[in-house]
Amino acid sequence: MNGQRVVITGTGIWSCLGRDLAEVADALRKGRSGIVFDQERKDMGFRSALTGHVPMPELKDRLNRRQRIGMAQQVHYAYEATEQAMRQAGIDTAWCERNETGIIFGNDSSALAVMESVDTIRAKKDTTLLGSGAIFQGMNCTVTMNLSTVFKLKGINFTISGACASGSHAIGIGYLLIKQGLQERVICGGAQEVNPFAFGSFDGISAFSTRESDPAGASRPFDKDRDGLVPSGGAATLVIESLESARARGATILAEITGYGFSSNGAHISDPDLDGQVRALNMALRMAGIPAERVDYINAHATGTPIGDRIEAQALHTVFGQRRPFVSSTKSMTGHECWMAGASEVVYSLLMLQNDFMAPNLNLQAPDADSAKLNLLRETRNEKFDTFLSNSFGFGGTNSTLIIQRFQDK
Amino acid sequence: MNNATRQEIEARTIKFLSEEFEVDPAAITPDAPLKETLALDSLDYVDLVVVIEENFGFKVNAEDFMRLVTFKDFYDHIEARTTAQV
Repeated sequence: MNGQRVVITGTGIWSCLGRDLAEVADALRKGRSGIVFDQERKDMGFRSALTGHVPMPELKDRLNRRQRIGMAQQVHYAYEATEQAMRQAGIDTAWCERNETGIIFGNDSSALAVMESVDTIRAKKDTTLLGSGAIFQGMNCTVTMNLSTVFKLKGINFTISGACASGSHAIGIGYLLIKQGLQERVICGGAQEVNPFAFGSFDGISAFSTRESDPAGASRPFDKDRDGLVPSGGAATLVIESLESARARGATILAEITGYGFSSNGAHISDPDLDGQVRALNMALRMAGIPAERVDYINAHATGTPIGDRIEAQALHTVFGQRRPFVSSTKSMTGHECWMAGASEVVYSLLMLQNDFMAPNLNLQAPDADSAKLNLLRETRNEKFDTFLSNSFGFGGTNSTLIIQRFQDK
Repeated sequence: MNNATRQEIEARTIKFLSEEFEVDPAAITPDAPLKETLALDSLDYVDLVVVIEENFGFKVNAEDFMRLVTFKDFYDHIEARTTAQV
């Protein structure tokens, strides 16, 4: 599939590992966990009170009241990440007002905002008393709706809700639009609110690790003693554009997106599916036009659930076999950043690519039988590499695989 | 806030309006125009209804705002409504 080459020129991050690229790169290299115990969740009756700790940005001095009032919690995170990414890409609001730039984010809930609205309606029995911000906070597209307004974006503008693959699909669709020549530049990313209301129902299906006595040891992808995921969130942003656009602007090119594979399992609503994952992986490799041995590092989806990691290990083994690229799941440090994860894990992997290291898979004491077939990184590996692959899978059987390579001026 | 004096109504109103709409309290004078001083757009009137309800316990209807041009009009309205509740 030919078309425009698509490059990354800006990245931004706001997560439990840090509030900017430097802090996060340091945490990744050192293998530092961002997981904490949250007493509020315990008091609310959660099975697991573990969560990533994500600080709330302070935007009062940077945005006016009207700009802030419709922003749900995750939009605050996304504003920070996007502001960083735009700065790195060398674009700003005034520039975007004159040069068509799109936005596509992955986001699949705004539970806190909806809960607050419902509480007010029940208490006051008067919808006017919700105020004017409730509608803009409560919709799934709260991130793209607000940021497109704040940053004066005039290109494509919508949100992708694809469960825990949302952020990855957002980058993938942005990539395809640019590749096809329909957009020159798209701000892509993922955002995930971090509050009990966002995760109560997820906790309710026993998906979360209950290793509450050891927060940093609770997220243990691929380890045989894993007992579930740890929820987390924040936001991650990429500025992606055609190579032609990046060159015309004189932008620094961070990497090139070369493959996007997607598939649907068409099977169980929550169980992963080997065939679906393999199809997404192979599609991404085909689109990138590279053999499997060219992939140096894989940032696995692996969330730490017993069945999820097992099926992904089988899928990676099916596709990569004895080529055995290095594999780690940064969720071992961050927990599962859900709607944001597909975007944040691209940012994390890109930080590794830029800084010549691969982050460790924390808490991997002994892999299970399927995971043992992978070349899992238990410790930070200091090595220059050129190509990484990022997997994201979501409820409903939605799968997304992205391949990103060091830019070569060919 | 029933039985509030005019002075109390004004002081309280200046405080919550300047906080909610992020304007200098000194700009809120009796003769100043409400809409322009608070830079109200159509959505902001909804938030004005909310803060009035939070502070004085009654709801101002949209048609009432048509008559409230200055802050003095606003104080008069609040005074009349709070007195009427007694």
